[in-house]
This record gives sequence, structure tokens and C-alpha cells, in this order.
Amino acid sequence: MADLRNTFVGIKSPNPFWLASAPPTDKQYNVERAFKAGWGGVVWKTLGEEGPPVVNVNGPRYGAIWGADRRLLGLNNIELITDRPLQINLQEMKAVKMNWPDRALIASIMVPCEEDAWKAILPLVEETGADGIELNFGCPHGMSERGMGAAVGQVPEYVEMVVRWCKQYTRMPVITKLTPNVTDVRKPARAAKHGGTDAVSLINTINSIVSVDLDTFAPVPTVGGKGTHGGYCGPAVKPIALHMVAEIARDPETSGLPISGIGGITTWRDAAEFLALGAGNVQVCTAAMTYGFKIVEEMISGLSNWMDEKGHRTLDDITGRAVRNVTDWQFLNLEYISKARINQELCIKCGRCHIACEDTSHQAITKEKNGVRYFEVMDDECVGCNLCVNVCPVDDCITMEALPIGTVDERTGRVVTGQYANWTTHPNNPMRKGAVEPAE
Amino acid sequence: MAQGVLKQGIAPGRLDPAALAANFSDLHPPLDRHEAHVEADRCYFCYDAPCMNACPTSIDIPLFIRQIATDNPVGAAETIFEQNILGGMCARVCPTEQLCEEACVREEAEGKPVKIGMLQRYATDIAMEGHYQFFERAAPTGKTIAVVGAGPAGLAAAHRLATKGHDVVMFDARPKAGGLNEYGIAAYKATDDFAQAEVDYVTAIGGIDIRHGQALGRDLSLDTLQAEYDAVFLGLGLGGVNALRAENEMASGVDNAVDFIAGLRQASDLASLPIGRRVVVIGGGMTAIDAAVQSRLLGAEEVTMVYRRGKEQMSASLFEQDLAAAKGVTIRHWMAPKRVLTDGDRVTGIELAYTTLVDGNLAETGETAVLACDQVFKAIGQTLATDGGALELAGGKIAVDGEGRTSLRGVWAGGDCATGGDDLTVTAVAEGRDAAESIHRFLMGGGNG
Repeated sequence: MADLRNTFVGIKSPNPFWLASAPPTDKQYNVERAFKAGWGGVVWKTLGEEGPPVVNVNGPRYGAIWGADRRLLGLNNIELITDRPLQINLQEMKAVKMNWPDRALIASIMVPCEEDAWKAILPLVEETGADGIELNFGCPHGMSERGMGAAVGQVPEYVEMVVRWCKQYTRMPVITKLTPNVTDVRKPARAAKHGGTDAVSLINTINSIVSVDLDTFAPVPTVGGKGTHGGYCGPAVKPIALHMVAEIARDPETSGLPISGIGGITTWRDAAEFLALGAGNVQVCTAAMTYGFKIVEEMISGLSNWMDEKGHRTLDDITGRAVRNVTDWQFLNLEYISKARINQELCIKCGRCHIACEDTSHQAITKEKNGVRYFEVMDDECVGCNLCVNVCPVDDCITMEALPIGTVDERTGRVVTGQYANWTTHPNNPMRKGAVEPAE
Repeated sequence: MAQGVLKQGIAPGRLDPAALAANFSDLHPPLDRHEAHVEADRCYFCYDAPCMNACPTSIDIPLFIRQIATDNPVGAAETIFEQNILGGMCARVCPTEQLCEEACVREEAEGKPVKIGMLQRYATDIAMEGHYQFFERAAPTGKTIAVVGAGPAGLAAAHRLATKGHDVVMFDARPKAGGLNEYGIAAYKATDDFAQAEVDYVTAIGGIDIRHGQALGRDLSLDTLQAEYDAVFLGLGLGGVNALRAENEMASGVDNAVDFIAGLRQASDLASLPIGRRVVVIGGGMTAIDAAVQSRLLGAEEVTMVYRRGKEQMSASLFEQDLAAAKGVTIRHWMAPKRVLTDGDRVTGIELAYTTLVDGNLAETGETAVLACDQVFKAIGQTLATDGGALELAGGKIAVDGEGRTSLRGVWAGGDCATGGDDLTVTAVAEGRDAAESIHRFLMGGGNG
């Protein structure tokens, strides 16, 4: 039986599944329901400074995009940080930590970018018994207009400065939550590390307009005829999040910095992928907001069974395992040659591979043979692009197969050598150098 | 059990009005918007789609389904009507499990094709209820075409001719247009007077004048039509009914299934329709099924379909056979009618001969059986009601070429009365439409009629 116990920057939880700072973690009521359901930890919805709480809009806060059968694929929101009084949140956090000592409880914090503001709130949070703090440098809407959230996260110097204050004024581990709304996520990550952060978490939500109401010509969600950009999350953002996690994991300057992975995690498989790319644990929000807290049962069971099947005993056996295989394009092996293969037994003859290839790619798939509908790859035209695999509606019907060493690529007439060669040494590369070792 | 079911002989009012209304409601309730979107999302938008190639009218099915999926049902309807102006009725009566849905790649993948017929109905219902018209008439050509028979073939031909700028005069023997759509299809397939709504929708393009009570050979002659019109299209259908060639078949209580079906469709009060307590339907086609199922739905206690060959040879689709079974109809194979048994003027049963194949030919085995019954419906096929006159016939139908041209210059034919294709509504529509294109080419100097 795989051991799912998680220790992240010293914070222990029975499994690596935390709920991200968001509406599901705004109250004791919700959080205790989550813990009953089996979640390993929560990051409490972001606390602001003492005083009159922020207010939210009283119209719609969420917009969405859907796939077939109205399956929610992407969600955006214009909700702000907690709109409940600070003292109530602190009291409830303290009660929850007392009731659930084995679960992780992290306080997300966002106060003005002033030393005194941070200095004031940290002791209050510490007093609750929270296991750590997460600095919300990511919220892209509303708060950023007031110089907080993403407005801080987008300026590496501010990130470093605030992290430094927090490390100075609290003994609690500091997790710095990053915004994806930057050109290069490594810059704020490096800044956080320079400031002394214990970990980073990412991604926060992405600036977005999910749709436009074509009757009113207003963005959705529409509040009294107007809309604003919201933060995008859910399954649709997972690829963006995975990339950003990997970039930080493989950056020599931040390599080894603990990462809490966030972004569209919906199933155990999504979680495992984040772990493989370097995350020490994961945070979930949209999936819970779509299906309720019960989904964590599937995540625990799925991750555990997969680990058992593959012989991974602990989370440490997984974390970061894929990082070494993420490289730059220039180091990809240009001597690796693959061709698509269509399994005729599985083919249902929809012809999507053919028309995708014919109209938009390399004219490498037939449409008939002996006057009968028949889809087959022509090796002398196939560049191995994988488009047909992706558009085929049948699992495993089209696969990519590497040409064995010694065979001839019918498209180029060249023998497959099996020798590694990349762009850095390619004759067509005007910037080529001498021989380069393969990427690690 | 309602007491009416037990009434002896042939009697009306076997079921109460509520039961009748439920029995004769829509066989397949239409998809609502969400159901349509979910179903449309199942379509793979195949290249050179097999469903489209299996449709006699070649509707661009992947395109119209994609239009539904993107919440453009009106655009979907236009795609359908471009190929098949009777797409609404075809959505209801097409044996899709033998046509588009049999070819659907999801049938091969998982045995569950996309519900193409239901989606077609979704789109066409929206367009027709919204009175969307997609076609405008071309500039008047000054030509007038006579169309004999206002059924699916004639309506499709008339509509296409009207779009080309020709005027059309339609002649129909019956008091209402629609042909078999109005008189020959089970009531639960075309509820809410859909056939007439469709006639109105098709003729709304203008330039189509329908004259009722005009039968070829009785009120009209082909010679006159040829003389008075620029071209003639014959879509007469099959007005005659094959005889059982069984003893006593003229007895009262032995009726044509087509007349029963027509009467039921025209009835204002289903409770007033007499039906036998025990009914036997002779035949293995769609008409036999429609008669048998509707007999049950009217309250007949026992309904038996008798077919002289096996299940595989029945022309009724498997879906229709299953429908009949589900409605409580018993289907007996390898039996042929020999003699109707009567008591005075009243049918009491039918004697049937068991049949088998001997050297590929149907033969009686010598064994017989008697089914007790009060009423017998004949549904063993229809025939051309005219001898054709100067028209060349083939296999009892008007001989036509690939464009619908008959042996007479200037005369086209299509639908059930003509050779070629299955006797399906959708085939009739395709033939009428294509004949109209041929007529247009002929009249405008492009062809040789």
C-alpha cells in the first residue's frame, strides 16, 4: 500500500491534496466538511488587513466554458479575498486547527505592500496555530487594482521585499503564491527564493474573459451591463500550470525549491503529473467547486493504486521524476524518427485523420484502397507530427512508432542511425557550435 | 382492463379517450435543446461522411449536426432542406437504422449511432414552427409543369421547380395533399397534423397550385396534360392493392390495410373507429406493421401478423418489427392465407397454410392452421392503379431512367409509381427533386427530355 503521507516545508498532512485558497476554504463550515471528506489540508481563503472587510459584487462572480454535455472545462471569477471580518476568520481557523490537528492549515494573506501591514497581521495569524502562510501575489482582479495580489507578483523586487518581511516577522513557513500573468515565471520565483521563501505555489488564476454575451455585447460574467477580466482556472489551465511548474523545477537558480502545484487538477492523474514535474504537493479548487469535496476519495484511491502498480512507495519516489526529461527544443534528438500507424481493427473509418492531414498538414494518409474507404499512413509523406493521433476519436487506434535503427526513412531516404544529434550541431543552424553532449 | 376491449366482433370505443390519446401520441418525443446538444456532440464530423452517402437525398448530415451543436438550428434546417424539402417528415418516418444511422461510424465503434433522425427533427421543427423560409423563386420562366400526385415525390418536384421560376399545377385524387404522408403512415409517426403543416410549408414558396379530386385516367388524361403543359411529372403512388388470392376474401371484415390506415389518419375521433377484438394482418412490410400496431393501439385484444416467408425476408425494418412486438403484436412467419372463415356475413377466422422453400421457391407444406379472428387486414403490397397507357412499364411500375424520364418525351415520373429505388418517403423525395432538375434542364434548353 503506497504511503501518501506528505511533508511539505515541514508541514505534515495525511495526503498531498490540499484545497487552494478560494471560496471552498472561506469558512469553518466548509473547511470541516472538506476535512471530513478526506482532504489533507487547506489554504484558508485570503485574509486582508484588520478593518472593514472588502466587499464583493452582488451580481454574478463566475463565468465558464463548457465541453460536450456542459462539462465544465474552464471557470473564471471576479471574487475578491475574504469579505468576512478578520477576527472571525482567525477564530474559526483556530477552532479548525484544534479540531483537526493532523491536517494542514495554511493562512493565505494579502495586505498592502507596506512593511507595517505585514508586520501587524503575522502575529495574529501565528496565534491561530496555522501551520504556515501563503502570500497571495497572484489574484489578478480587483485587488491588483489596489496595488496588491498580482500587482505585487508581477514585480520581482516587490516579491522579494515582502517575502523578506514575512521571514523576518514570523517563524511560520512561507509559501509564495505566484501569478501566471507574467512573461517569465522564473523571475518572480527567483525573487521569492532570494527573499528567503520556503516554497512557491503556482499557478494563481489567469487573466481572462470567458465569453461575450452577444445579445448585450458585454463580457461574461456581466454585472449590471458591464464586465471585467476575471481569473481563469479549471482543467483548461492545467497545461499552462504544468509548464510553469516545470520551468521553476528545472531552473538552476530555483531547482530544489519546494513547489505546491496548482492549476486545473481534477483527477489523481493530474496530481501525479504535477508531482512528476516537481511539485511536492498539490492544491485543488475548481474540481471541488464543480463536483463537491467527495472527489478527493477518487484522487487518494487513484494515486495510491497507480503508485502500487508502479512500485512507488512514497511521494518522494515520484516528485520531480519528470523534470530531467524537460529540456529545450534545441536539445531534442533530430535523429529520432517516428511514423503514425493506424490499427485497422480499431479504425471506425471516420476519416478525421485523413482530412486533418490532407487539409492542414502533410497529405500522408490515404482515404481509400481498391475503391473502398481505407485510411493508411504513407510513410514517404509522414513527418511523424502526431496530429492524426490527437484528432482520432478512438483510443490507441493511431500510435506513433519509432523507426528501428538501420531502417530507411522513406520520406527522406536516410538511414536511421540511432545517433543523437540536435539543432545545436545541425548544418542548417547558422549558430551551430561544435559537438554538444545530449541533455541530461 | 377497459371493458371495451372485450366487446365481441368489430366494434368502436374499445379504449377510453385518454388511453387512445396516449397510445397515439408521438412515438419518439422530440429532443429538447439540451438533449439535442448532447446528442450533436457525439457526432465526429467525419470526412466524406458515411451517413451522408447512405442518405438517398444526400443531406450534409455532419454539417447540420455541427450547426445544431453550435446552437444554430435554423442553419441546420437550411442544410437539410437544401437537399430534402420534406426533411421534417423524413426525420419522422425514415428507417434511419437502415440508412444514415446504420452507416454512422459510432454504430461500428459502439453499436450506438448518433440519433440523426431525431436531430434532423429537432432542427426542422424549429425552422418550420418559426416559419423560416430558405428559398426564393428565380425569375419567372413562363413555363408551367403539371405534377400528378401531391405526395412526397410530387411535392419535392414541385418545390424544386418553383425555386427555378417555373409555375406548377398539382393534381391529386384525394381531398388533401401529402399522399402517403397524409394517408399512409401510422398516426403516431406524424402527430399534430404534421403532414398538412409540411404541405403548407413546402407550398409557401409560391407558384404551386394544388387541384384536388383529380385522378389520372378518371378526370385527367396524360395526352391532355402533355398538350397543355410544358412538362409532366407523375408521382401517382400505388393506388391498387394486391389481392390475397384466398377463398372468401371479399367477406365483410376483410379490409385493405391502406384504407384502415388512411381512415385512422382522417378520423376526428379515434373512439369512433371500429376494430376487431382479434385482428389478423397479412403481410410483412411497413404497411402491415402500421396496421397491426395501430389495431393494438385502438384496443384490439389479439393482433397477429402473418407473413409467408421468414423474418429475414420481411421488408419491415428490424426496428419496426421490434416496435410491433413491443406493442403486443404476435408475428407468425412461414404461413400464407388460404381461406377466410365466416359465419354468415361475419369473419370468424382465417385458415393458413404453412409454407417452406423448395428449391428456392415458396411452397405449402400441406399442413394448415386456423387463427380465430374478427377482422383481417390485407397488406401484401400495392400496385399501379393505371395500366400506364402509352407509358412503358417495367415490373408493374412506370419505367424511368436515372433522371426520372419516362418513355414519353416531356413526361417524368418518380416515387413509388416509378421504377428504381426503395419505396421510401426519402427515396420519393430524391426522385422528385432530381426529376425537377432534369425537367428544368430540358425546358431551359440543356437536355433532351
